[in-house]
Amino acid sequence: MKTRCIAILTLASLAIGLGGCATGSAVRVQPWERATLADYTMQAGRDPLGTQLDEHVYFSREAASGGRGVGGSGCGCN
Amino acid sequence: MNLFPAHPSDVAVCIRRTVLGLALAFAPAALAQINVGDPFPSLQAAGFEGTVPDTQGRVILVDFWASWCAPCKASFPAYGKIYSDFTARGLSIVAVSVDQKAADYAAFVTRMAPPFFTALDPGQKLVREVRVPTMPTSYLVGRDGRVRYIHVGFHSGQTEHELREEIEKLLAEKPGSQP
Repeated sequence: MKTRCIAILTLASLAIGLGGCATGSAVRVQPWERATLADYTMQAGRDPLGTQLDEHVYFSREAASGGRGVGGSGCGCN
Repeated sequence: MNLFPAHPSDVAVCIRRTVLGLALAFAPAALAQINVGDPFPSLQAAGFEGTVPDTQGRVILVDFWASWCAPCKASFPAYGKIYSDFTARGLSIVAVSVDQKAADYAAFVTRMAPPFFTALDPGQKLVREVRVPTMPTSYLVGRDGRVRYIHVGFHSGQTEHELREEIEKLLAEKPGSQP
């Protein structure tokens, strides 16, 4: 009886957990819900000094510069 | 089917079937977007503030936008030009904002001052029904009320060119002659 209860609970948990993964709609932030993600504070390069430091590390490590300036924030527009 | 199999391989089959069943059950809801050929939901019943222009027998460009969406900002001047060029021939533009804050919507409209009709989608009701794939997305609706062309995103000159071509085609159709 105990084994059967564990089996039922395990199956139910898997069904709920994996079902959520399978549908995608349960967890996906829809395109029209991305106002917060598009906020200025969500931009990775909003701190100019931090960006310069990152660029310096990048240049020092790979002797490469530039090519990192892709516009946009986190809204996933376009 | 034995729901409580004794053998481990049977458990694996059971799990696989459960996952597949759930995926199939929820997939239609996730994919239920408005597509070309589908009737576009009624704009009159969308609960917009203000008077929705009479779109009966006209070609309509319904654009979904938001104040936080950079390409949407770029699209407004282009839609303004399209509106000026085609409105006399039977094109209406309805620009639907999906903003959740009415103040953001109002500030954007005041700043851009578009010549076409704009409205805030209350509670994001219409956009949830249409399920736009990205921001912005525009739907060209024929005189018969069916979606005839969907444009995803805004890519300046290219988008404007494509929209003008499709609008010309739709305006050239006589009422009642749609395929």
